[in-house]
Amino acid sequence: MSLTREQRLEKLWQIGPMMVAGTPHGAKLGMKFISIDIGRATLALPYSDALIGNPVTKVLHGGAVTSLLDQACGLAAIAGFKEPTSTATLNLSIDYMRAATPGKDILAVAHCYKATRHVAFIRAFAHDGDDTDPLATAQATFMATGRPKGVNV
Amino acid sequence: MSETIAKQLEDALSKIPYAQTLGIVPRVIGDEFTLVMPYSDDNIGNPVLPALHGGAIGGFMEMAAICQLIIDRAASGHDPTAELPKPIGINIDYLRRGRPVESYARATVFKAGKRVSNVRVEVWQDDPDKPIAALHGHFLTADDGK
Repeated sequence: MSLTREQRLEKLWQIGPMMVAGTPHGAKLGMKFISIDIGRATLALPYSDALIGNPVTKVLHGGAVTSLLDQACGLAAIAGFKEPTSTATLNLSIDYMRAATPGKDILAVAHCYKATRHVAFIRAFAHDGDDTDPLATAQATFMATGRPKGVNV
Repeated sequence: MSETIAKQLEDALSKIPYAQTLGIVPRVIGDEFTLVMPYSDDNIGNPVLPALHGGAIGGFMEMAAICQLIIDRAASGHDPTAELPKPIGINIDYLRRGRPVESYARATVFKAGKRVSNVRVEVWQDDPDKPIAALHGHFLTADDGK
């Protein structure tokens, strides 16, 4: 029996924070859960010295932004698939528009605009306070890998 | 590859906090450069499988691309300690699950341009013929870094 929209949302709000906190690499980088909706997810990455890619300018490494976008896209995929499933990244394509401002937290906003039975298609962008001035945009595909186990619902 | 470059690369990586966070180390054997990411619990994305985080693999490949650009550019007389190359657009294919073991990345500069360079990277674990991920992308290599 399929869940109502309200039941799905309730489940997603349970799963979302758990998924971010329960991902060791996300926790290591300091990622935070912000919000979730059907097919949508928003995560944050607070500025941290451990993520600096350029010791002179103190700008965060592109890889840290890649991780945040991957995590946000993965959560949007989970929120986009009709059936509960684990996911795996198939492809992640990122354009970097500008350097993240040193000292500022980064937000990643992801939208799963189409999910078939096996594949979810996601667009995302990252900004550091002004959502009209993105620092990176992403396009990703995720595969449904089957029934969830543990926190990776 | 000169030993100087290998040493400079090691010094550069030791000063990049993100490289330390991932735990990556360069390995230079003869003319071949390999970036190594030893296994760490902190790089896990899915603890149930378990599997390495796609972002950790992505960041690892970006670092490999940047290192290879520094090496190639140094070989053509460019100051390796100057402005670091920056990613403009990258595309990553995830081919296999990243198992909880050591990973290796090797990069090739397909086109070295004055302002923009194109790089391809492959990551493997036990078997180089079974890559777990591949990246291709453009990096900004303009001297003014703009």
